[in-house]
Amino acid sequence: MRVALFITCVNDTLFPGTGKAAVELLRRLGVEVDFPLAQTCCGQMHLNTGYRDEAVRLADRFTATFAGYDAVVAPSGSCAAMVREQYPHLGIENIPKVYDLSEFLVDVLGVTDVGAYFPHKVTYHPTCHSLRGLKVGDKPFRLLENVRGLELVPLPGAEECCGFGGTFAVKNRDVSAAMCADKIGNVMKTGAEVLCAADNSCLLHIGGTLKRQKSGVRVLHLAEILASTEENAG
Amino acid sequence: MSGVFVGMPAFPKNAAKAVQNSQLRFNLRKATHTIRGKRAAVVGELDDWAELRQAGKTIKDHTLRNLDRYLVELEEKVTAAGGVVHWARDAAEANRIVARLVKDTGETEVVKVKSMATMEIGLNEALAEEGIEAFETDLAELIVQLGDDFPSHILVPAIHRNRAEIRELFLKKMAGAPKDLTDEPRALAEAARLYLRKRFLEAKVAISGANFMIAETGTLVVLESEGNGRMCLTLPKTLISVVGIEKLLPTWQDLEVFLQLLPRSSTGERMNPYTSMWTGATEGQEFHLVLLDNGRTSVLADKVGRQALRCIRCSACLNVCPVYERAGGHAYGSVYPGPIGAILTPQLRGMDSELDRSLPYASSLCGACYEVCPVAIDIPSVLVDLRAKARHPRTERAGMAAAGWVFERSKRLAKAQRFGGRMRRLVPKRLPGPLSAWTDTRDMPEIPAESFRDWWIREGGTAGRRPAVPPDGNLPQESRKS
Repeated sequence: MRVALFITCVNDTLFPGTGKAAVELLRRLGVEVDFPLAQTCCGQMHLNTGYRDEAVRLADRFTATFAGYDAVVAPSGSCAAMVREQYPHLGIENIPKVYDLSEFLVDVLGVTDVGAYFPHKVTYHPTCHSLRGLKVGDKPFRLLENVRGLELVPLPGAEECCGFGGTFAVKNRDVSAAMCADKIGNVMKTGAEVLCAADNSCLLHIGGTLKRQKSGVRVLHLAEILASTEENAG
Repeated sequence: MSGVFVGMPAFPKNAAKAVQNSQLRFNLRKATHTIRGKRAAVVGELDDWAELRQAGKTIKDHTLRNLDRYLVELEEKVTAAGGVVHWARDAAEANRIVARLVKDTGETEVVKVKSMATMEIGLNEALAEEGIEAFETDLAELIVQLGDDFPSHILVPAIHRNRAEIRELFLKKMAGAPKDLTDEPRALAEAARLYLRKRFLEAKVAISGANFMIAETGTLVVLESEGNGRMCLTLPKTLISVVGIEKLLPTWQDLEVFLQLLPRSSTGERMNPYTSMWTGATEGQEFHLVLLDNGRTSVLADKVGRQALRCIRCSACLNVCPVYERAGGHAYGSVYPGPIGAILTPQLRGMDSELDRSLPYASSLCGACYEVCPVAIDIPSVLVDLRAKARHPRTERAGMAAAGWVFERSKRLAKAQRFGGRMRRLVPKRLPGPLSAWTDTRDMPEIPAESFRDWWIREGGTAGRRPAVPPDGNLPQESRKS
């Protein structure tokens, strides 16, 4: 099976640690991933902000870049949903088979115990596009439950949007901030040290607010928790 | 659409004000979460909900595709049953027809059962200009009317008010309200009941909308919960119903699906309390049906947007929407607030005003609305489609063009990343201009010294194969066919 990593532009530029963790995790599970250097962005920001022509150009580029791979793994539910759910609406053909990380691990590799060790209290935010777009269901939870040392605490109001929404966070700053305030209120109720999600764009928003408020709660991408082992535990 | 909201600023400004109102946020949160929970419970108990939803969607799509045929059939059947059918192209024409019909009776007062269509066309205001006073008889609608207020929810127009506020309003504005009125829901309802009873008994003319019209028999259907509709539809001598042309169903068998979908989605009830159906007019009574277009045929012409016409006004999308919950209904500047309003209003009114252009952006695209919609309207997709049709601000256009240019070649992206990495210590904590919208409430992320792709190259990671797009990022050819 030829597997490619679609890092996404946000992770590539701002969160290389997530990409490294994904590569490390997949290698540990015996999957050798390619990273086609021609990749850039799936076009989601352009499409969702109303720039369809640019989005179609980027979608064409994506499709050509990942043609020929059996599976494309993306550490972002939102970007994976863009390719799988939105590309067909844009008239894109020969769309590569894209999986969010948890889908690839559970559905393709058939593993829920990835041999991770992470001795912390963690709560999980199931981001909207993973939940309602890709419908990943309980896959991330099954993966986290098998992490040794990890205490998973349920997040109240988990399925409610955090208020990121791409350019929504800037165009509707007040509503976005109000939504985030409620999300953070719920995170604080759990007493967790770490808020985990499978999308760094949502975590950029929630994490940025948590940091501004000096809450002491860290945010971490699912890949980084799953990549942690007793040897590399930080 | 109604003139009452004309001149309102764009959604973000309206919403910013609402967000500051803690009483409003408390009222909205409590009310929407209560209905949300009730809906989830009664929808969850049906094994065939997904099939019902699919049936609802299919029936509506079929009807909309054959609307011309079914409308003519409806007109024939209503006429044969003794009713009179009027066709109204827009709000002004509909208002003129209704005002003339009321004047022909010689009356100056009418009772109304809650109707979205008459609110959409601003009928009450139009009648007032003709010297005709319209009395709303739905409890929440009465609260809105007494308070000279705007509705803020499709099902519960006074959702932004709590009972203490309603008590004060009744004492101030409702003739005959008892001096010792408490804010107990029972006492408030009783006071309104006594006030309305007099109206029902005196009224000679009633105005309604309809939830459904059945083409095969010419029957109209109204669903309500208070019995006020039953009073309006039966007591007065003349009944005038104003109904959007998309409210049609071909047969009674189709209605069966919607009588399950609507109450469960709307009020969270298994069955609707008062369901009134009538066909034409009985002897000694008059029935007029005003069929309203008001932009609907142009919505129907839009391939993506037309699914909005499937809407049965249940308001389930409002009750799950995180944006509606914080912004409230008034921010949408239309009688159709929430997610459905955000796709319906710009289509019915166009996107000429700043407010109407801002509505497709009044969503984080979280998808909760689509999930609960009983007729499967893909609201996020329609929002995105409308965004592509909207005029964009100049600075944003420039920014998006620049981003598009960078993303068109991976080399450009890599260069931009390296530049960012070198400048990372210089990024201020608070960004200037429009970007301050980000840093006002959030810290900036730390920009890494090295991007993922540079790490990959440095580590000697191999691509393992010759990629279809070479690393210099020049697309060999356009791959899309369409």
